[in-house]
Amino acid sequence: MKKIALIPISLFGLMLIFLAIGLTLDPKLVPSPLVGKTIPSFSSNSLLTPNVVSHSDELKGDPYLLNVWASWCSACRIEHPLLVEVAEKNEIPIVGLNYKDRRRESIKWLQTYGNPYKFSFFDPEGKIGMDLGVYGVPETFLVNENGIIVYKHIGPLDETVLKTEIFKKLVDSKIK
Amino acid sequence: MKYLVAFLGSLLLLTTVASAPDEPFLFEDAKKQERFNSLMEEIRCLVCQNQSLADSGAGLADDLRKEAYRMISEGQSNDAIKAFMVERYGDFVLYDPPLQPSTFVLWFGPFILMLVATIVIIAILKKRNQPS
Repeated sequence: MKKIALIPISLFGLMLIFLAIGLTLDPKLVPSPLVGKTIPSFSSNSLLTPNVVSHSDELKGDPYLLNVWASWCSACRIEHPLLVEVAEKNEIPIVGLNYKDRRRESIKWLQTYGNPYKFSFFDPEGKIGMDLGVYGVPETFLVNENGIIVYKHIGPLDETVLKTEIFKKLVDSKIK
Repeated sequence: MKYLVAFLGSLLLLTTVASAPDEPFLFEDAKKQERFNSLMEEIRCLVCQNQSLADSGAGLADDLRKEAYRMISEGQSNDAIKAFMVERYGDFVLYDPPLQPSTFVLWFGPFILMLVATIVIIAILKKRNQPS
C-alpha cells in the first residue's frame, strides 16, 4: 500500500517541478524558425543614402549583426549605447534594419544617439521585417559568413547576451 | 433608483472594444470571405499572444491580415498561408500544434498520465479487496 501511494505523490512532485520551470520561462520569447537557416534575401534603399540600393546577399563573406530598430522604439534606446560601443571597438560589423519608421525621424535619431550601423536597410512598410519574422523591436540576428542565421535575440541587447551568446557563438564558428 | 439605473446604463456606453481591427477586409466572393474570416481565427498574433489575428489590434497583426487578404485574393490555399506564417513566426502562431517530436509530450502526455492513474487505481483496488 505504501509503495503505491508514492506514485501519485512523486507524479505530483514532478508536475510541481515542471510548473516551477514554466514560471521562469518568458512566454514572450518565441523561438524563431529562422535560426539555423539562410537569411532571406531582401533589398531596399539605404536609410542615409536613398539612391543606393543594398542587397542582403552582398553581406555574405563575413559574420555580422543585423539589428532591427526604429526611432519610435523606446527599448532600442536602451541597447543603443552598447551597439555604438561594439561599433567603435570594431568587434563585429552591425547592419541596421530600420523598421516601420519615417526616414526623417530615424536620421534625426541616429544623429542624436550615434550611428553604429555600417548602413541601415529602410523598411517603412515592415515587409522585410515580415520575412525575418520580426514581431518585437529591437531584435538582433547574428548571421555567419555563409549567410546563416546562427542566433536571434529579441528585446534590447545587453552585455551578458553579447558575451555569453553572440561572441561565444562567433568564436565557436571560427574554430569549426 | 431611476437615476442609478440611468447612471449605470450610461457607464455601459463608455465601454468600447479596446483593440478591434480598424479596417474590414471585404471580398466579393463569399467563399473567400468565409475562408479569410475563419483563417484569421486560427492564427495567433505574436504581439498580443492571447489574441488571434482576427481580434488583435497590433500593427503587425494588421500587416499579416493584409498579407493574408492578398494571398487569398490571389487564389492561394489556406495551407499556403499557414505555411507563410509558420515559416516566419514558427509553429507558435498555430493554435493547433503539429504532431512532431517536440510536441509528443503535449499530445501523448495526457494519455500516459491517464494510463498511469488507471494502473494505480486498479492496483489500489486490488489491494483493498485482498483479505488481510
